[in-house]
This record gives sequence, structure tokens and C-alpha cells, in this order.
Amino acid sequence: MNVHAPVDTSLSLAALPNGRQATVAGIEWDRLSIPEGRRLRELGFDEGVGVEVLHRASIGKGPIAVRIGRMIVALRRNVAATIHVSLAA
Amino acid sequence: MNAAPLVALVGNPNAGKSALFNALTGARQKVGNYPGVTVERKSGRLVLDDGRPVELVDLPGTYSLEPSSPDERVTRDFVTGRQAGERLPDAIVIVLDASNLDNHLRFALQLIALGLPVVIALNMFDLAERDGLKLDPQVLTRELGVPVVPTVAVRRRGLEDLKQQLSGILEHGAAIPLRASDGVPEDIVTLQRRARQLAQRATVSEAPTRRWGHALDSIALHPVFGVILLFAILFVMFQAVFTWATVPADAIDTGFLALEQWIKGLMPDSILRSLLTDGVIAGVGAVVVFLPQILILFAFILVLEASGYMVRAAFLMDRMMASVGLSGRAFIPLLSSFACAVPGIMSTRTIEDEKDRLTTILIAPLMTCSARLPVYTLVIGAFIPNRAVLPFVGLQGLVMFGLYVMGVVGAFFVALVLRNTVTKGASSGFMMEMPKYQLPNVRDVALGLLGRTEIFLRRAGTIIATTTIILWALLTFPQVPAGSKVSQVNYSIAGRIANTIEPVFRPIGFNRDIALALIPAMAAREIAVAAIGTVYAIDDPESDQGGKKMVENLRGRWSLPTALAFLMWFVFAPQCISTIAVTRRETNGWKWPAFMVGYLFALAYVSAGATCWAATALGL
Ligand SMILES: Nc1nc2c(ncn2[C@@H]2O[C@H](COP(=O)(O)OP(=O)(O)O)[C@@H](O)[C@H]2O)c(=O)[nH]1
Ligand SMILES: [Mg+2]
Repeated sequence: MNVHAPVDTSLSLAALPNGRQATVAGIEWDRLSIPEGRRLRELGFDEGVGVEVLHRASIGKGPIAVRIGRMIVALRRNVAATIHVSLAA
Repeated sequence: MNAAPLVALVGNPNAGKSALFNALTGARQKVGNYPGVTVERKSGRLVLDDGRPVELVDLPGTYSLEPSSPDERVTRDFVTGRQAGERLPDAIVIVLDASNLDNHLRFALQLIALGLPVVIALNMFDLAERDGLKLDPQVLTRELGVPVVPTVAVRRRGLEDLKQQLSGILEHGAAIPLRASDGVPEDIVTLQRRARQLAQRATVSEAPTRRWGHALDSIALHPVFGVILLFAILFVMFQAVFTWATVPADAIDTGFLALEQWIKGLMPDSILRSLLTDGVIAGVGAVVVFLPQILILFAFILVLEASGYMVRAAFLMDRMMASVGLSGRAFIPLLSSFACAVPGIMSTRTIEDEKDRLTTILIAPLMTCSARLPVYTLVIGAFIPNRAVLPFVGLQGLVMFGLYVMGVVGAFFVALVLRNTVTKGASSGFMMEMPKYQLPNVRDVALGLLGRTEIFLRRAGTIIATTTIILWALLTFPQVPAGSKVSQVNYSIAGRIANTIEPVFRPIGFNRDIALALIPAMAAREIAVAAIGTVYAIDDPESDQGGKKMVENLRGRWSLPTALAFLMWFVFAPQCISTIAVTRRETNGWKWPAFMVGYLFALAYVSAGATCWAATALGL
């Protein structure tokens, strides 16, 4: 499995502006706890998947709502920060 | 009985398993428990076209066969035949959300690989169409090698077809070739990729519609408007509990009074008549009056869940819950606990983190449940003047609100302390799928309420009826000898017990009547009201003709500091054996319920005492 995939640290999902289409470039699995990592995989987070931040609970902290495929998922920002994305062309 | 084949509904959370279960079995349902865990076992009878009965089981939703919560473990053990006391199902119906195939197909692949006979219900076909998605079920049938039936559980579409396919696979057993089972990879990422490919092949066309749910979410999840909306909904909910319930509650009250009069007309005055009227009818009636309020509260909660809003509320509350070491997920069980802590505690099963879940269980009894309402209503009505402090804001209502707030503030405070001591641990995460918005299905909400009504009435008929009968007996015997100056209550066994323990409660302002009421109220809080009523009915025969006299008795015998201390006691005290029992089952032992009872009594004692002293010092 791609535990140590080369990760582009420039943009994390936590920093992705609302409404910008992006694809997952890599996930720093080792920064996540085992159950967190598993649930993230179960929700379909994986390299190459299209994602978009839809809403943010509040400025600064609080969870974010992310569209992944046809599903909306709530994530805390510390988790979103481990998901690196590249902007869609 | 065991001739009926066993069929399980399996799938991701929110795929529509319960809706499909309700549609297929109607009211022929049975709710029980799996041994050893409090995961509800919902089963029902389904009759196939040829008249064969099938036992259908609605399993808890899960994302994979690797469980991360007690619910999910039941699902895995059930479909692999490892669940204690269950046989391996004869077939499974995999329920998929057609509008979210990428994700749901992955779990389907895992399930098919188990090798059991399978039918796939491609559910929520209407939502897929609403989202501009055109699917070809034939492609899935071909690729997966199992029958795939498009269904719309809430409109009962596709059910006949589903039953037919089920009938077919039950006949042929595993004779259907399981193409996908050869070489299904174990690893979740590979499975996910295969699922995405499959979903793509099954998709005929896809119109990129901007979902209207997005517009709703822009408000519902907004940092400012979303919070305002949430509080507005909660306000309406509590308002409704108090205002809508009065008419049906009065009707129930009148009904019980009529029953009492009828019995009084039928029988001569005797011990038996007293048992029926003062014991059973007064006690059970005092509790059943609250059925409308409880149902209204549950109706709101069911609708909030079914509409998809509940997870949005959890999203908004996550930040605040995180500040005391919990997650937004805990908001859902805590909100249910306003109706009753028992289902609230049971719904913590979906919380994955063990310490997070334990903390939520331990603070759930601090949410003001509906059983406290009778106590609050009676005491506030007797002691707090009914005047306005502001236009539209009455003092009585304000005190009631204050008691709710006390509970919530107490819960947050306790959570903070626990998370830094006994349930210390890394902050748990918050990761939840947000279901699509929907108009709630009336039938499903009605079935949910019916289930709640049954549980409540069974409780009233068993625990509460038994306790009030025992209390009545303890208050009636031994009978005071004629001509004695000792009152019947003081002479009775209950009175003697109360007089013995009264010194423990005297420092916090409680009198003998309260000490007497607190013991039976351990069974259920509402009994406190019935107990005080019975005490005064027996002590003062004039007073059993309705509530008016009871209020006067209270005013005459209690001081205001005593009344306030009594209210404060009920904010915190763990007066409910059902809650203690469910906590024991949920935490697998007596350690945590004992801890819960201990800390809540300590909190209740200290705060009631502080209230009494402060009120006395202020000269109230
Ligand atoms: N539009 C639509 N809604 C559905 C369908 N099936 C279920 N639902 C709704 O989807 C929500 C989740 O369904 P539920 O049965 O609780 O899902 P479960 O978690 O799998 O048991 C509920 O609000 C249902 O009313 C369907 O076929 N079409
Ligand atoms: Mg369900």
C-alpha cells in the first residue's frame, strides 16, 4: 500500500478554498491514528479521487464538509491537513 | 419456527436498510437484543409470493467487515455465522444507495465474497434520478453475478421484484455462480478502485446537477446562521413539548380520573379498593400522562434524524463538544437523552472511540429527561409565583429553563473533568458521512413512535406499577390502631424507614416526606410525584380529590428553600434504575454504573445543600 507515497506538501485539503475542484495527491497515513486511517479509507479517500470543500463550520477551527464522489463527509481539520490535493486542471 | 429461512439486510449506514425492512415486514416486527450486547436485534416476518415465510433481520449499518464499534461487530459476526445464538443466514440482501455507488459497491464486493446467496437492492433509485444519474442495473448483475433489483424503499417500488429474486436464490441456494468472489482482493484500497470502476461501467449518463442540498447546507452549516437555525429548531421542539401536549395529556388525566371514580362506584371502601385507586391507578396514571410529551420529543428527534439534519447539527456542535473533549457525534445521543437517557445511552453505540463513548454515557443522565418534567411541573407550580418577568417570559418558565441549563452546564463541566481524569485519552476524531436531505417518511416515523410507545407503556405497567404497589403497601401497613395520635404515615413501615434516613437529608433541607419519596423514586423519577401524592392521600384523607389539594399540602409543609433544594436534587440525582441497568449492559460491568451513581449522588447532594443554604441565607 502507498503508505509513503511522495506527497506534495504545498496544498492540504484543510487549506483548499471552498468550491475548488481538486484531486487527492496523497495522504500521510502515518500522521493518522489507525482507526482514523481506516475510516478515511472506508469513506473512499484515496489517491486520484476528486474532492471539493463545500462548507466550513467556522473560521479557523471546527470541521469541514467535503464532497468526495457523490458523498459529503464531515472531517476535522487536523485530519484534512494530512490529505494533500492538487488542483484540477 | 426455525423452518423459516433467515435473511439479513446488510449495507452501509443510510442505504435505506431500515426503510426497506419496514416496507417488507410492515408492523410484523420484533425488537430484541443480541445476547451480551445492547445492539437491538430487529427482525420481522416477510411472506414470499408462494406463501413461504422468511425471517428478515435488519442489521446495523457498517462500511466494511472490519468493525470499529459494537454495532458493526454484530453485523460482521452475523454474516459470518459467528454471532452467538444465531445461525448463519440463508441469504443476504445487500442494500446499496444507487446515488452513491462508488462507495457502497466496495462493501458489497466484500459481502459477495463471503459466498452466501445474495440479492442486491439498488435502493434510492429515485434519488439517483433526482441527481441526474442514469444507471443500468443489468451491467451490475452481469459484472457481479448476482441479481440486482432497483428499489425505492420509501415508495415501496421494486419490492415485488426483490421478493421474487429472493425466492429464487433461496430455492437455488449458492448454485448461482459468484463471479466476483474469485479473486476479490482483501485490501480496502484495491477494493475501492474496483468499486469505482464498476460504478463507472454501470453509469449510463451523469448530468452534473448542482444539488439543491448544497443551498440548504449553505445555511444549515453556516457558522452564524446555522447555529441560529439549530437553536431555533431546539426552541420550537421544547416549546412544542410543553404546549402541544396539554390537550392529550389532559384527556389521559381525565380518563384515569374517570376510571378511578368508576372503581370507587363499583366497590365498597376496602383495602383492595385503596390498592387499585391510590396504588395502581394514581401511580401509573401519574406517569402515563407524560406519554404525549415524550412522543412529541421523540417525533422531533426521529424527524431530525430522517431528514438528514441531525448530522448537520452534530457538525455545528463539534467545535463546542471538542472543547470538553467530546466529538460532535456525542450531540445526537445527548439530544435523545432529553426524551429519555435509555435510548440516548443506547445510541452511543455508534461512537467509535471507547473513552469518548464512555464519557457520553456517563453524562447522558444529566440531560433533563421527560421523567423529570412531572417533578419540576409540580414543584414549580406550587412554589414559583406565576408572574411575568419580561413580556412573554414568565417566571415559572424561566425557572424550568434554568433547570435544563443547569443540567447541560453540569454535563459539560463533568465531561471536561472526566476527560482529564478517568476517561483521559487523546481527543477523539469526528468523521461522518452527511446523508442527503429528505422529506421524512411518515410511515417510518410512525413505526418508530409506535415502538417507543410500547416500551414506555410496558415500563409504566411493570416497573412503575410494581413500585407504586409496594410503596402503597409499605405506607398502608401496619395500620395505625384506632385512637392513636401517631399518623398513619409515621406508623407505617415506609414512614419508619423515612424517619430513620431523614437525618441524612436534613442538612440539605429535606423533610420526611421527601426522604420517603426518594426511595421509590429510585425506580423512576416520576414516582416521586406519585409517592408524595400517596403520602398526602393517606396522611390527609381530604386531599385525594385532585391536584389542587396536593399543591396546598406542599405549600403548607415545605419551605421555599426546601422546594428549591428538591428541584436541584432532581437535576443531578441518578434516580432511575433503567438508566443504571442500561449503563451496566453498555459498559459490560458494574464499575461504570457504580461510578456514575456515586458521582451523580454526590453532585446532587452538594448542589441541593448549597441551594438550600443560599436560599435560606437570602431570606427566601
Ligand atoms: N428517496 C428515498 N429515500 C429513502 C429510500 N430508502 C430509504 N430512504 C430514506 O433514507 C434515510 C435513511 O434510511 P434508513 O432506512 O434509516 O437507512 P439505514 O441506515 O440503512 O437503516 C431515511 O430518511 C429513509 O426514509 C429510497 O429508496 N428513496
Ligand atoms: Mg437503520
